[in-house]
Amino acid sequence: MLVPISWLKEYVDLDGVDLEKFAEDMILSGSNIETVTTFGQELKKVVVGKLLDVVPHKDSDHLVICTVDVADLGSGEDGKGPIQIVTGADNVKPGQYVPVALHKSKIAGGVTIKRGTLRGEKSEGMLCSAQELGFDDKVVPQSCKDGIWILPDGLTVGEDIVSAIGLDETVIDFEITPNRPDCLSIIGMAREAAAVYGKKVKYPETLDADDANVDYHDGKIAANYIRVEIGKPELCNRYIARVAEDVKIEESPFWMQKRLMFSGMRPISNIVDITNYVMLETGHPIHAFDIRQVEGSVIRVDTAKEGDKFTTLDDTERTLFDDTLLINDDARGIAIAGVMGGQNSEIESDTTSILIEAASFNQDSIRRTSKKLGIRSEASARYEKGVPAELSSVASGRVCQLLRELDAANVIAGSADNYPVVSKPVSVEVRVSRVNSVLGTELTEGEMVDILNRLEMAVEKASEGVLIVKPGYFRLDIKEEIDVIEEVGRIFGYNNLKTSIHKDNIAASLSKSWRIRNLTRGILTGAGISEIQTYSFVSPEGVAKIGAGGCEEMTDFVKLINPLGEENSVMRTTLLPGILESLARNNSMSNENVSLFEIGNTFHSKGASELPREELVLALGAYGRDADFFRVKGILQRLFEGLGLAAGIDFVPESENPTFHPGRCAKVFIAGGDGEETTFLGVFGEIHPDVTESYDISERVVAASFIFDRLSELADLDRGFSELPKYPAVLRDISLVTPEEATVAEVSAVIRKAGGNILEEVSLFDVYRGEQVAESQKSLSFSLKFRDAEKTLVDEEVLGKMDKILAALGESFGAVQR
Amino acid sequence: MSESKTVEAILAEARGAVASSADATEVEALRIKYLGKKGEITAILKTMGSLAPEERKELGQVVNKAKSEVEALIEEKKTQIENASKNSRLAAERIDVTEPGIEIPAGTRHMITQTIDEIVSIFSDIGYSVTEGPEVETVFNNFDALNAAPNHPSRDMTDTFYITDDVLLRTQTSPVQVRTILTNQPPLKVISPGRCFRADTPDATHSPMFHQVEGLLVDEGVTMADLKGTLDLFAKRMFGEDVQTKFRPHFFPFTEPSAEMDMSCFKCGGAGCRVCKGSGWIEILGCGMVHPNVLSVGGIDTDKYTGFAFGMGVERIAMLKHGISDIRLFYENDIRFIEQFY
Repeated sequence: MLVPISWLKEYVDLDGVDLEKFAEDMILSGSNIETVTTFGQELKKVVVGKLLDVVPHKDSDHLVICTVDVADLGSGEDGKGPIQIVTGADNVKPGQYVPVALHKSKIAGGVTIKRGTLRGEKSEGMLCSAQELGFDDKVVPQSCKDGIWILPDGLTVGEDIVSAIGLDETVIDFEITPNRPDCLSIIGMAREAAAVYGKKVKYPETLDADDANVDYHDGKIAANYIRVEIGKPELCNRYIARVAEDVKIEESPFWMQKRLMFSGMRPISNIVDITNYVMLETGHPIHAFDIRQVEGSVIRVDTAKEGDKFTTLDDTERTLFDDTLLINDDARGIAIAGVMGGQNSEIESDTTSILIEAASFNQDSIRRTSKKLGIRSEASARYEKGVPAELSSVASGRVCQLLRELDAANVIAGSADNYPVVSKPVSVEVRVSRVNSVLGTELTEGEMVDILNRLEMAVEKASEGVLIVKPGYFRLDIKEEIDVIEEVGRIFGYNNLKTSIHKDNIAASLSKSWRIRNLTRGILTGAGISEIQTYSFVSPEGVAKIGAGGCEEMTDFVKLINPLGEENSVMRTTLLPGILESLARNNSMSNENVSLFEIGNTFHSKGASELPREELVLALGAYGRDADFFRVKGILQRLFEGLGLAAGIDFVPESENPTFHPGRCAKVFIAGGDGEETTFLGVFGEIHPDVTESYDISERVVAASFIFDRLSELADLDRGFSELPKYPAVLRDISLVTPEEATVAEVSAVIRKAGGNILEEVSLFDVYRGEQVAESQKSLSFSLKFRDAEKTLVDEEVLGKMDKILAALGESFGAVQR
Repeated sequence: MSESKTVEAILAEARGAVASSADATEVEALRIKYLGKKGEITAILKTMGSLAPEERKELGQVVNKAKSEVEALIEEKKTQIENASKNSRLAAERIDVTEPGIEIPAGTRHMITQTIDEIVSIFSDIGYSVTEGPEVETVFNNFDALNAAPNHPSRDMTDTFYITDDVLLRTQTSPVQVRTILTNQPPLKVISPGRCFRADTPDATHSPMFHQVEGLLVDEGVTMADLKGTLDLFAKRMFGEDVQTKFRPHFFPFTEPSAEMDMSCFKCGGAGCRVCKGSGWIEILGCGMVHPNVLSVGGIDTDKYTGFAFGMGVERIAMLKHGISDIRLFYENDIRFIEQFY
């Protein structure tokens, strides 16, 4: 809401209030400020000039040469006197007053203007448009939108433009919260300022329908001209029509144009400008119809028929809906209620009689219509937040007052005022003690009453400590006690409230999942893997891209109705595409050796009637130096150790997973407790070359995906203590030649079994394939650690075990010692 | 007396030989030559048996003295040579300490995680428990129960992502408040970090996915002064003990009175700079007293209990604190960005 300060000051006395202090006080009482703009500050040496002569330029068909009186301020080579300026604008005529940027002047945007020569003609400066003086294109008057800003007659030639036309206006852009539609008006903001400073609002004059000063033109009253019928009282609970005759369509006065411009609206003509002016002033949208076009002297407010066509005054044909509230005359629609007028009844240059509409429409209905039709106007923006019916009579009276003041028309007495559902005044019971207990204050009843009175709320005493508060009709947001408490609080000032900390004995807890996530992040980052965060909504293509398009578990998508695009249209079912995309992006940036992980939710549909299943997943991936299967496996083993899961972990070769290299992939399981089945935890391995290719990654990628919810559920962070061994261990190395098919896991298992209780540890330290070993054979070297918990081992025991182990290996795999 | 002369001669020779020996092998050869079983000094000792006791005693003293001297000389020489060889080995082993260290791969927690952890730990220190909720939520939990008007613009498809008419991607972490209120009785003291979604086209300051941390305290006697005190404490812990806070009235459907908290700029201290856009103040979070309508959803006695709630944008806080210029950097996952926050 743009508020020119000089306009605001018309309704509230702010004398002696410094602008900066005013802004701060308004912010702290709830009217937040987006920007404060003071016009005219950039302008230097721009003055009022009068055009003495305008002649065409010999060598150009679009330039004209102007002789401009600037009261001897010019520094032309010909000395003092009128100066010559060449302009391309086509709206200049002798006798007009215009803004002139002299030689070495500054216009808006910090541009310096110097004398020059245009097609052989000297130009001692520049005639300025309103844009060049700092106005936005969209507020420049219709008449000089594409040319020089023609100023009103009678200005002092040579006077600085800023003082001459009052350009030094400060405009504050207030951020109005949706609960305060009353503040979408200058008067509303004046009320706020008045409450802050304890002043009274000076309301502007209105010409009411029953005012004795209103014309009884030929004895006519408005009711003779117009009848109002409301077909849908639930969508329009009040419609006031006022009538004016003898309309003289012309430009509105310069002061009004300027206020509109400062407030962000384009001046059009006096009638339209008055309706806009009153909307800005009171917050009530007003529409004016050319009464000639209202057939049958009747206004019918009703919904349209689905599919009806209607052309709005922006020359656009609209297709209406059966819930579009339409203003009709006897024959047809003439305006979309509260949104935009119709082309068929708009004010034209020859309009002589007008109907002024001030109506209260249902906010949801206007909102729906505005959305469905894609029209957002100043009117709809206010209606959809709520316009009180009481305001309709004030606003229509204000329009009539201005029509008279500006001598724009003769206002006819009376009005057609249809008010089927009269709004009931609100009264709210407020407990003084409750106000203090919510705010943490010790305000007295008197202090509260004072604050509420400043907000134009009437207060009565219901009983001891209980007040009855009656807000003004304009405060649609005050409905219950807490609303009043907030009012007391904000005017008292939040920064005047005490500062304390609530005393309680509540201890904090962190969920197991939260703690395990933190632990996991610590382990993985410690192992050189960095954390990423990718979007929860993804393209469904990702699953196909990792080769899992046929996998039911990954295609049970939760779909968005209104995604930003196909690439964000479903909730992710796997984190791997996100990991691969991030690796691909880093790869394309030539970032070397990248290892990434993410812990995040996946989403699996459980049908439309239920919320989806959300499952936390851990995924990781790496390329470059660290993208080695066994290095990543090592990291995973460290993770499992950290989570207390190492003991039961089982890596099972997996060749069917389409995302992974068929010969370099493992499924990971954890053994269940007594008699329970093993639990699947996840999968890891080298990514299938087809998949890396589809992501355009030029290197091998090792990746993993684990169901994190399972890891964190099973994680066991209790660490028991084991006595340190009392007796020495005996170490024996053993090198075997085994067939390729025998896995290390299988061979180790046989060794362990044959080694029995005293075999404490089996660890592989070398794998050899090559010349020394036959084809399709490999050599495995293990280090075995024997120990007896009860006594020192003797060589014979160890030798016996070694023989047993070798025999078992020979029997199981045909393995021989090397 | 001829023998003792010989001893003298041997001694003189040995002195010269030891002094001029160059390495351990030579020294050992000299030891054997003079002191070994067949060594020259040993040989003289062996001959002493045939001498008269008088002579034997005299010569014995001379020879033993010579033996001790040669032993000492050899020992000294040995040590000298060992030291020299150790020193030359150490000299040869000298490294260029300015060569780079061996890179130990180190991963970095994502900036968002780090920021959430920091916020959570501040509140967890003063008794707030972490509670989380689903990212896909019901319209009821995200809007209705939070007192959002049925026509509130934030419900629009242009603002909120929908799965069905009744299910959406939560636009705020506040639905966790609702879940907490629905399933627990006061006192309630929770903090809820998590992902949120709004239908914003990504640009430098907007992201369709972002993170919030929501806090809620409901108990007997909770006042707006407590809200101020708690959030002021948070701001000081998060941004430095010097920061000042101020509270501006604002509007949120689920709190009343509602406020936004501004913090004096931690960069310039309030003088005005690029971070605070010259104002000296930075908007940091939204907060307010929980609206009675929201407490009523969980059947909480609103005459007995009051509470406050607050919510803050994690990305915004991270961007402010670390001077990050573009919100999209958080989700592009360029390692060069991530690693800056190790």
